[in-house]
Amino acid sequence: MTAPAPLVRARDLHVSFVSRDATVKAVNGVDLDLDAGEVLCILGESGSGKSVTLRALMRLNPPNKAVVSGELSVAGHDMVTISDRQLSSVRGKVVSMIFQEPMTALDPVYTIGRQIGETLVRHEGIGRREAEQRALELLELVQIPSAKRRLQAYPHELSGGLRQRAMIAMAISCRPQLLLADEPTTALDATVQIQILLLLRQLQQELGMGVIFVTHDLGVAGEIADRIAVMYAGRMVEAGSTVDVMRGPLHPYAKGLLGATVHSGLRGTRLTTIPGSPPDLRHPIEGCAFAPRCPHALETCSAGVPEFRPMQAGRAVRCFRSEEIAGATTRPPSRTTPQGVLLP
Amino acid sequence: MIAYILRRVLYIVPISLAVSLVCFMLVHIAPGDPIDAMVQPDTPKEVIDRVRAEYGLDQPLPVQFGLWLLKVVQGDFGTSLIKGRPVLPDLISASGATFVLACTGGLLGFVTGCVFGGIAGVYRDSWIDRVLLAVAVAGVSVPHYWLGMVLVIIFSVNLNMLPAMGAGPGGSAVSIFDWEHIRYLILPSITLAVIPAGIVTRTVRGLVSDIMSQDYITTLRGKGLRRHGIVGHVVRNAAPTTLAVIGLQLANLMGGSILVETVFAWPGTGMMLNTAIFQRDIPVLQATTLVLALFFVVLNLLVDLVQTSIDPRISRR
Repeated sequence: MTAPAPLVRARDLHVSFVSRDATVKAVNGVDLDLDAGEVLCILGESGSGKSVTLRALMRLNPPNKAVVSGELSVAGHDMVTISDRQLSSVRGKVVSMIFQEPMTALDPVYTIGRQIGETLVRHEGIGRREAEQRALELLELVQIPSAKRRLQAYPHELSGGLRQRAMIAMAISCRPQLLLADEPTTALDATVQIQILLLLRQLQQELGMGVIFVTHDLGVAGEIADRIAVMYAGRMVEAGSTVDVMRGPLHPYAKGLLGATVHSGLRGTRLTTIPGSPPDLRHPIEGCAFAPRCPHALETCSAGVPEFRPMQAGRAVRCFRSEEIAGATTRPPSRTTPQGVLLP
Repeated sequence: MIAYILRRVLYIVPISLAVSLVCFMLVHIAPGDPIDAMVQPDTPKEVIDRVRAEYGLDQPLPVQFGLWLLKVVQGDFGTSLIKGRPVLPDLISASGATFVLACTGGLLGFVTGCVFGGIAGVYRDSWIDRVLLAVAVAGVSVPHYWLGMVLVIIFSVNLNMLPAMGAGPGGSAVSIFDWEHIRYLILPSITLAVIPAGIVTRTVRGLVSDIMSQDYITTLRGKGLRRHGIVGHVVRNAAPTTLAVIGLQLANLMGGSILVETVFAWPGTGMMLNTAIFQRDIPVLQATTLVLALFFVVLNLLVDLVQTSIDPRISRR
């Protein structure tokens, strides 16, 4: 035996959505590694390909439209060539997902208990009655008050925070090795956001799951992640430990994201915005995708796609000029809060 | 839940009253005097007046309505002006025949509609969806009496496979379910099934394709449910709306099969109503209309109750 394989290993992962009108290249060559028990946060704007990447990890993009290529293994399963039958045994058991909108992500006409039990019945081979009992324990684990009554509740009878807790209970019901979270706090109130984040962090430590967290909220990332990866236009543009990336972002886009975030205790400091909008992924992009919006862009930036270059201490950046820019001053980010919002 | 059912059942009383009033009024507003249809044209006026008084038709309308209602409540639907015998026994056997035909046609239509609609919804925008949708539109658009005649020409006249009219030996198909009677049921029920099949196809197609694009279906796939597990969720989500459409269609079939029953000479309420209209047989007309309207009301109630019991989002209070 060689060294233990990472929980997630993606090399040159591509996802495109093919329809009659256009082909959208949503993910263009992502490399990703995650060890067991590690928490990775993927940051990026809407349309940067972060959610698509996450869904690709369990092949959840619409099967008749999404084309996946490259190398991808999750807990030893080759997720590119996996059969539908195997895929359904991996989903929910080895890897499971929490979604952004707990209202629409739960079936409105099934009780909470039934929906949680369903996963257990599917993967653990236990009966309905036993599954119900386990569902109750799970609701208590995710700290839902008067869990027994809530077991019989329908999603519309619960508040957003409780629904998201139920969603989490469902996702962790079979103790997955990998938990994927697609902006799980975005649809919630600020106070509830923190509770959900704390719960997720606690569960992650208790169950030792690897977690990949997708968000556009830097505060969330700082709160929970071991490592941060920043995505832009379907590619990773920067990766590194949370502290490193938050203290000294190397890529101009990551710098822009930090500059556009509200930090507590920095009243009076001017927020900066990133001018322009992300590129249209229906058309091929020449050169660095961020160049049109980059304050440091030179003509040479449009010449070719920059490499994702490894730097010191496990960091990597996709920028021609990161060393030259590094000299420029960046505002030191202080402690960030989950309320931090990314302004457009 | 029981209180809810009781309350809903009680609502039927005022609705039925209103329905019977409307039925009564419509019959009397319509032109044509029943007595004129009964007697010879050259009958002296005194005789006509006497007959009129005998049937109570000389009384003011509200009084007539009151008397009629009083009798109906006691189970007396009056006497046919033409046949000269009580309406009720004929009405019961006709309702039975209509019930059998409507249920068979309805069931056929709904099964076809659910299957076609389900397939079209899952494979939306594929060629099979387009074909099924075209079939559904054709089904809704074809006049069913015309279709009935075409079926008779093909299967009865040319191929000589199935009978063209009637309900088989003994007339009524209420309790006798053997091939000798089912033979008679085939063509009319197919004819009757076409419209509900088309409507249900389109409804189910819309529902299924909408449900399949919902976030919770992605959640279910993410949980590792296989295809048949997901189908269960889709059915459960589509059921309330589908049942409502099906219930209303069934009510339509009960009351609206006049043309089909006439084409196939099916001895049901539709044909009874048609005959009564031509003969101006007011007691038969009133009784039949009332029974058909009550079918409608009761089916609506059943649909509501079933819908409430399977959709948790509908309040039961």
